[in-house]
Parts: sequence; C-alpha cells; structure tokens
Amino acid sequence: MEQKTKINAEAGRQDLFITREFDLPLELLFKAYEEPEIVEQWMGTKVVKLESKKHGSYQFETTDPKGNKHCFNGSIHEFSRNQKITRTFEMENTPFGVQLEILEFEKVSENKSKLNMHVIYESAEKREQVLKMPFAQGINMAHNRIQSLLENK
Amino acid sequence: MNLRRDVFQAIADPTRRAILLLVATQSLTAGAIASNFDTARPTVSKHLQILTECELLQQEQKGREVFYLINAKKMKEVADFIEPFRQMWDERFNKLESIMKQYKPKE
Repeated sequence: MEQKTKINAEAGRQDLFITREFDLPLELLFKAYEEPEIVEQWMGTKVVKLESKKHGSYQFETTDPKGNKHCFNGSIHEFSRNQKITRTFEMENTPFGVQLEILEFEKVSENKSKLNMHVIYESAEKREQVLKMPFAQGINMAHNRIQSLLENK
Repeated sequence: MNLRRDVFQAIADPTRRAILLLVATQSLTAGAIASNFDTARPTVSKHLQILTECELLQQEQKGREVFYLINAKKMKEVADFIEPFRQMWDERFNKLESIMKQYKPKE
C-alpha cells in the first residue's frame, strides 16, 4: 500500500520535507490550520493562543499522562489563506532549538488537496534529535510498562 | 520481500520494542524474556521469531539453551528511526482528514 504521508530527509542535511495528499478540498485543509478549535482536535493539544495572521503568534500546551505540561510556541511570518504559512516552531525546555516551517497548500482537484511542509532545523544534529524522538518515546513507554510490571511482582 | 519495511514493522510494535530493550543489556533465553510480559508465551515466541527473521535479534546456543541477543549492526542500519516520525505525522494527518470530512461550517 502506498504511504499517504511521505518524509524526505536526506542524510546530513539540516532540513526535511513532509508531503501529504488529503481527500479534502483545499479550503477545508487550510481551515484545519487556521481555526484554533480544529487545531486542538487533530494536534491533540490545548491551543492557548493562535493568531492566524502576519506578525501573529501561537502557543500550545499539552499535558502528558504523568501530568507534566509541555509548551510549544512560534511566530507567524506569512499567512496567505489557502496558499502558504511561514512560521517558527519551538518546543520549550528542550534542546531542539527553533525550527522554521514553510507550509504550502495546493489544490489537486475539487476534492483533493496537498500539503508540502519544508522544515529547517538549526543544524543537521538537531534534525537527527527531533527525528529520533518518536522512537525514543516508544522505547520509554515500553520501558515504563516493563518497570510497572516488575514492580507489581 | 521488502526487508526494510519489515524491520520498521518489527520496531513499530511496542512489545517488540520492549523485547529489544530487554536484550539490549544482556542476552536472555526465550523463557526469561517471556517472564517479563503478561502476554501468553506463544505470543512472545512469535515476536521473537519476527525479530529474529528481520535480523534485529540473533540466537546463540549455550549448552542446551538458546539465548537471544541484539544485532547491533542491524539496529544501526535503522538508526535514523525515521519511520516512527513518519507514522506520528501520518496519524495526525489522518485525524485532520477525518475531522474535516465531518466539518459543518458555522451559520
């Protein structure tokens, strides 16, 4: 089966591309990035602030199962409805630095649209750290489960 | 057979990642590995078989017992670990798609 979301991350570079085609009209895809209530639903985060405009900024807050709060924020540099969003993204209190994100929205047909996301990190090393995080989290979750199993014996 | 995809499918499963973590520090027998999980022994055996087939685990005969140990070389091959990152985005985008398919504009 062909994968709907594609990642193009060439070795040694400090950027990567994420592309995805949606069975949605362009306007609906863009709305999912514009409206705070919708962003909350699909990103699975609390939206503290989202100013969808040039010079705007945003703040997200996520609480993990242990009750720890994780904060994310960024500034919006370009906001062209149904076309393009240029913004920064930062995970607060992490060593990942600030990343630049260029999102381009494209109409494929009446009911299909495409998102091209270009993400630029501070360095190739930082990109590798971010890429490895979901795997590390999986390992940690598995590890915590083993720990709790062992403690219950 | 697409071996690369098989390796990623192997590490996508949380139980199999837990097994890899267990044997990362020491080689263990199937029984010792299974005793760490509350899943049935045959289920753990199946996981061990999959991990061995895609060469993430190696078997080592010591006397009458077979020990499992991690294949560091193979682990390094998948060390860019890009697949979980891709899956994270794929899940997010799937959610976005299903939410927006239900979307009713406000009057």
